[in-house]
This record gives sequence, C-alpha cells and structure tokens, in this order.
Amino acid sequence: MSIWLAQHWAAMRDACRRLATAPLNSLLSLLVIGIALTLPTAGWLLIDNLRALTGDSPGVQQISVFLSLDAGKREIAEIENRLQAGKIGRWRFVAREEALKRLQAAEGMADIVASLPRNPLPDAFVVTPSESQPAELERLAKTFAGWPRVAHVQLDSAWVKRFDALLRLGRLVVMLLGVLFAAALVTITFNTIRLQILAQAAEIEVARLIGATDAYIQRPLHYFGMLQGALGGLCATLLVAVGFHLLTPLVAELTQLYGTNFTLRGLGAGHVAFLAAIGAALGWLGAWISALMHLRRFA
Amino acid sequence: MITASEVTKRYPEGREALRHVSFEITAGEMVYLTGHSGAGKSTLFKLLAAIERPTSGSIVINGQNLAALSRSAVPYLRRKLGLLFQDRKLLFDRTVLDNVLLPLAIVGHPPRDALRRAQAALAKVGLPNRERTLPIALSGGEQQRLAIARAVVNRPAIILADEPTANLDAASAREILDIFHAFQQVGVTVLLATHDPTSLPVLRPRVLRLDQGEMSELPAAPATAVAGAAT
Repeated sequence: MSIWLAQHWAAMRDACRRLATAPLNSLLSLLVIGIALTLPTAGWLLIDNLRALTGDSPGVQQISVFLSLDAGKREIAEIENRLQAGKIGRWRFVAREEALKRLQAAEGMADIVASLPRNPLPDAFVVTPSESQPAELERLAKTFAGWPRVAHVQLDSAWVKRFDALLRLGRLVVMLLGVLFAAALVTITFNTIRLQILAQAAEIEVARLIGATDAYIQRPLHYFGMLQGALGGLCATLLVAVGFHLLTPLVAELTQLYGTNFTLRGLGAGHVAFLAAIGAALGWLGAWISALMHLRRFA
Repeated sequence: MITASEVTKRYPEGREALRHVSFEITAGEMVYLTGHSGAGKSTLFKLLAAIERPTSGSIVINGQNLAALSRSAVPYLRRKLGLLFQDRKLLFDRTVLDNVLLPLAIVGHPPRDALRRAQAALAKVGLPNRERTLPIALSGGEQQRLAIARAVVNRPAIILADEPTANLDAASAREILDIFHAFQQVGVTVLLATHDPTSLPVLRPRVLRLDQGEMSELPAAPATAVAGAAT
C-alpha cells in the first residue's frame, strides 16, 4: 500500500474513531443533519409525486377534441392520421355511443339520457400530449381547432397554468429550503470541526512541530466532516422512508376515492446515494473551511 | 550545516531578543548554548525550528535558507531536525509508544517498520518495557528520555534541544547529556541550550553564550581541566 493511501486510510480510521468516541454527541449531530436534509428531500419528493399524480390522472394535461355531429368515418380516419403523423403523444378515440353509455352510467343521469330523443354527444378524441408545458398545450389546442370537422377543443389551460405555476413555486421553495439547510449543514460541520480543533490543540501543535504538514492534520478532519455528512444524508433517507411508509396507504386510499390508482413514489437507491454524496460533500466543505480558518494559528 | 548570519529578532512590542547573532555549526559538532533566562536561547531555538522568523539576517540549515521557506515547506525541514522542547510537549493521553510512533506516522512509515523503529528508539534512551505506560506515570527524567526518543526516531541529522536538563536532578541530567553525546558520536549534530552553566561537561566541546541577545563564544576548556577530567 502506498504511503499516500496508507495515510488516507489512517485518517479515515481516525475520523471513525472520533465519531465513535462520543456516540451520543455524534448521534445528535447526525440527527440534526438528517433533519436538515429531510425537509428539502421530502419537499422535492412531494413535488415529484404531485407531478406524477397529475400526469397519470385523466382530465389533467389532456385535450378533448370534439367533432361536429355530422362527421363521418372518413373525417375520423383523417384526424387519426393527423394525430399519428404529428407524434404528439397518446390519444384515444371516444365514439359518441360510448360517450352516451358513460353518461348513462353516471349517477342520476340514466333517466335524463333515456328521455333524450337522440344521442346529442359528438365523437371525440382525448389527446394526452407528451409535452406538458401550458404554452405547448395551447398551441396544440389551436392546431386541433383548425382541423376539418372539429367543432370544439377543450383544454383547461387556466387550471394547467395554475397548477404549473404552483409546481414551479413549490420547486423554488424546495430549492431555497435546500440551499438554506445545506448552509446549515456546512455551519454545523464547521462548528463541530472548530470544537475538535480546540479539543486537540495540544496534539495538533505537537504534530505540527515535529513535521506534520497541513494536509496531514486536516485529512482526518475532512474525513470526519465527510463521514458525518454522509451518515446525516443516510439518516435523512431513513426519516423520509419512514414518513412515506406511513403516508403511502393513506394516499392510495384517498386517490382511489377520486378514481385513480396512485402509489407514492419513495426514494430509490440512486436517491439514497445522491443524498449521502450531497451530505458528504457539504460536510467536507464545512470541515475544509473550518480547518483552513482554525489551523492557521499553529506555527 | 547550520549558519546564522547577523540574525536579529525584534518582537512587535519593540523588545529585541537577538541582536546581530552569527555563528556556524559544522556537521557532527556538539555545541552548547548557554545564557541566563531571557538571554534569547529559546528565541534562537524557535528561529532554528522555523517556529518564528528572524526580523533580519539569515539562517541556513542544510543549505536551506529559513527566511525563504514557505509555510508548506516548514514541516519537511522539521522532519530533518530532532526537536526537544523545554516543556517536552508530550501527548499525555497517548502511551509512550504512541508518542514515539507519531513522527513515524507523520512521514508515513509502514506500521510494522514504524513499530520496530519506535521500540529501538525507546531502547536506545533506556525506556524499554514502558511502551504501554502513559507519560504521566513517568518521572521527569523518563519523560525527557521519551521526548528524546520521539525526537530521534526519524534519525535526524541535527538535534536541537532547549533546556533538556531543566528540572532534573544531577544524575538524571548527566544521563540525558550522555544520550546526546552518544548521538554526537555517531555523527549527529547537536545544539543544546541550557541556562545552567554547571551542567556543562568538563570536556565540553564548544560553548556559545547568549547575553541580552548578543552572542559570544567561550574559549575552549583549559588544558588543566581536561587533564583533570581525564585522570
């Protein structure tokens, strides 16, 4: 093993030893870091799930294209061809008979439908565009309206816009929370390392006087910051996982009442690794700044 | 090996600790640095160990001008020096062995080799079988031996010792000085600062004297004293 690698290994072991030396303090620090990372993570997951929920639900980000009552098979085929050629997403044809049956099936509508002299409903296409941006949806709606035998195009653009704005706002809030709590994590690590340097001032002074480089002294502190941050990240994933585990059946029950099968999306292995990496990076940053500032006084 | 030219050290409050100090120590020499408390011995020691920088003048050790040394280069200079501090600077929460292993860990010695060298250094200063002891359990003389073991474990070419016999009884002081002489015998350059003129051996090799920050060299021991000591 090279000297460089051996010294890194020794620094890593030293960092682990420091964590284990004061288990209660370490645990509390990890919890604080974990909670700091939990809030933005949970917020991000919430936004992600809302996007998924609305993306999967009927009526949202969908365009209904109603044909005129006299549209025949040829016109219907023509529109199908155009939709296919346009590659604009998924679409489904709803024949006027099928629409009437659905209306009849709706609660309290059977008698009303039975009293009608003829089927008043038109044939329709329900299009779920692959693009979900409000501007793009409006452009598509305008295009559909220009096609032959299209009597009406329905896009609840106001709702989509409102929802999109809410999502953007949510994302911004989560981002700000993330920055805020990242700064908190850096500050926590900065202070932990400052206290460690104070507690080990004698050892650091001696090491410096007998030939220890700045890198040698800083290395265990950097590893400590990284380790604490990474474990804090894992602690956050655990907290989020527990929260989602509790919420999942309730959300599933709620969405079923709205006629949708939706399961909350939790954290995947990639997210866990990402959170641990982010925690480690922020912990390292706090340790690096702290070591840089507080080790200057040693000759 | 060590050359000081016109070295002056002035502290911010205006006190001049050293004034135009010049001397040269060649390889393998053993030199005593004497002077009463406050004469500037510790200041010179700090300048030689690159703990402080001279206000003017230059110090060259092994061809390296300390005034031009960057902060990052200082540790590499110190690794070539065996430094003994007046307050010993032992780590009291670590065992005797761990104290001696520290300089080896710093330079990145493989653990097995480091252990062998640390044990050899402890044996050389007369502290075998005390590896697992904490320094607090050692006597003053033993603590000084431990400090010497730590200073020499990296086999430095130069030993700088600041008051190594302070607070020791005569017998322990004698033993400590004998250890330094043994190192000098194998070619190590030794500069030993002491405020106690009685600790100077009769067969003293060379004595530099600091007084009010000014340096002078004492004449060699008179032939009668040498002859007396020899009989």
